[in-house]
Amino acid sequence: MSDIKKFMFVNRKAPYGTIYALESLEVVLITAAFDQDVSLVFMDDGVYQMKKGQQTKGIEIKNFSPAYRALDGYDVEKLYVDKESMDARGLTEDDLLVDVTVLSRAEMGALMDEQDVILSF
Amino acid sequence: MKFGIVVNEGPYQRQASDSAYQFAKAAIAGGHEVWRVFFYHDGVNNASKLTEPPQDDRHIVNRWTKMAEEHKVDLVVCVAAAMRRGIREENLAPGFRISGLGQLVECGTKCDRLITFGD
Amino acid sequence: MLHIINRSPLSDIALESCLNTATGGDILLIEDAVYAATSGNAFEGKLRAAMGRFKISVLRPDLEARGLSDRVVEGAALVDYAGFVELVAANKTCQSWL
Repeated sequence: MSDIKKFMFVNRKAPYGTIYALESLEVVLITAAFDQDVSLVFMDDGVYQMKKGQQTKGIEIKNFSPAYRALDGYDVEKLYVDKESMDARGLTEDDLLVDVTVLSRAEMGALMDEQDVILSF
Repeated sequence: MKFGIVVNEGPYQRQASDSAYQFAKAAIAGGHEVWRVFFYHDGVNNASKLTEPPQDDRHIVNRWTKMAEEHKVDLVVCVAAAMRRGIREENLAPGFRISGLGQLVECGTKCDRLITFGD
Repeated sequence: MLHIINRSPLSDIALESCLNTATGGDILLIEDAVYAATSGNAFEGKLRAAMGRFKISVLRPDLEARGLSDRVVEGAALVDYAGFVELVAANKTCQSWL
């Protein structure tokens, strides 16, 4: 695929309650494998996807959170988290699995405007 | 203009597949091309040929099949999502095909617009 | 950019999030999001306040299906599916706030 576009994936849903977060991650990895310019956004309940210390043994659902740590191996390095969403959920950057760029709502809106394709799950 | 459409929800439970169909129909009527519809998440259930709604209801699966036949719309079902949910070649309705997520990425790179219907 | 919302603002924060984040442009309310554009609903004030920054459109067939086509707030444009297609075509990108 010759044409490179800016793809943004907007994650607004918490993990485990629904499958969206896991299947979204699968699309992100494939998109990166096709050498596209990938940005990953976590806002609203989506910030819970990035919470450290997920233990899913008791619910017998696969814990996919370690995959976020592997993202840079796929050249997915643009991870953005909305500050307002973290604040509203009592989370800080120390609670997150990986290093991210924390953005204000205005910065997030401006970043969205730069994209060619926006997918949300 | 060339449109790509993503459908993330199954038929009947949510309105997403209906909205996507109405959008596609209007796009074609407006002289646009609907290049591909990609079915992901529970959206893969739109491809089951075992679907049998009551006679006085719309037939969501057959509607997609007919659109594919009449307007050469490429209906692609995500293989990973389909396998999770028991959608296989043997219960695939006509007009649909099973393929990988790369086909979704291609929708993004090749189409002028990519629009998602979900919940 | 075109922002597409499909959930009622009284049960889901998608529309509120969109209004707080997006820099402007078009917003299209479809499916259960059409309730946001009906007079007397608790979100009406917030929608009206956003009308300066956004152009709000409502999908008429979804409004009619829900028995509310006579209650649209002033300033919101009604579109059919053809109008929906035109909105997508007129904007370089569209984002569905799922």
